[in-house]
Amino acid sequence: MPTIQSIELEPHPDVALVARVRGGDVSAYDTLVRKYERQLFRIAQHITQNREDAEDVMQDAFLKAYEKLEQFQGNSKFYTWLVRIAVNESLMRLRKRRTGKMVSIDEDIETEEGSVPRDLADWAPDPEQNYNQAELAEILRKTIQGLPQGFRIVFVLRDVEGLSTEETAETLSLSIPAVKSRLLRARLQLRERLSRYFRRNQAVKGTGVAK
Amino acid sequence: MTCKEFLAQLDDLIDGSVSSQMRIELEAHIGKCGHCEVILNTTRKTIEIYRSHEIYELPSTLQERLHAAIMARCKKGC
Repeated sequence: MPTIQSIELEPHPDVALVARVRGGDVSAYDTLVRKYERQLFRIAQHITQNREDAEDVMQDAFLKAYEKLEQFQGNSKFYTWLVRIAVNESLMRLRKRRTGKMVSIDEDIETEEGSVPRDLADWAPDPEQNYNQAELAEILRKTIQGLPQGFRIVFVLRDVEGLSTEETAETLSLSIPAVKSRLLRARLQLRERLSRYFRRNQAVKGTGVAK
Repeated sequence: MTCKEFLAQLDDLIDGSVSSQMRIELEAHIGKCGHCEVILNTTRKTIEIYRSHEIYELPSTLQERLHAAIMARCKKGC
């Protein structure tokens, strides 16, 4: 006879892997590390903006998660929990590099830049085709590095890594309205800054949204 | 609808989380306002470009080295 459990959603595959690790199966952790190491490295590099730091953060985050696996409640996704550890490790690493100066995700968010779109020129069709891979990567890196930390982290988690608004809020200990407001400003600032590379050559610079 | 009101809904429009009534109003605004249409399209493109280009790639040799280091320490109980 079907039970109520049979109509519940399939559990996330990580749930079973985490349970195996808790039961002493290290190879299950190997699978989890393999699955998320690229994402964690990317997130760490976006925050620390330094490759060696990102390597250390990635290793430390996985080791810390392994040590603290008993504390993982299972009411959030394993990946979200892991990202939270990696974000905290990244911020700690930045603090060390800046010799104890406070580093937080609230840094520099008071700027008004980008909250009103000014560059209203349309972009070329497939504008990224006008640059080779290396040039494009450099443009994208330089542009996102220029964002205030608190906007950059939200954009990376939400738009690049695909976390939901709720998961991003939980990971960064921010309210949902704070995540939404930072995301909009991050998207608009990036758009504005990329415009100078991607606009149609003959386009005329606009004067802002007037109404 | 003003451009400011349009901008306030921009993220929800991009993320597909506006009501059908709101979508109709936003689309009507874009039909009349070329600037907002550009903002919508270029913001969408901004997200798409960042999503589809890995700017911090983890080279596979480095990935293997880091992976092996993590697993070696886990096997030792960290």
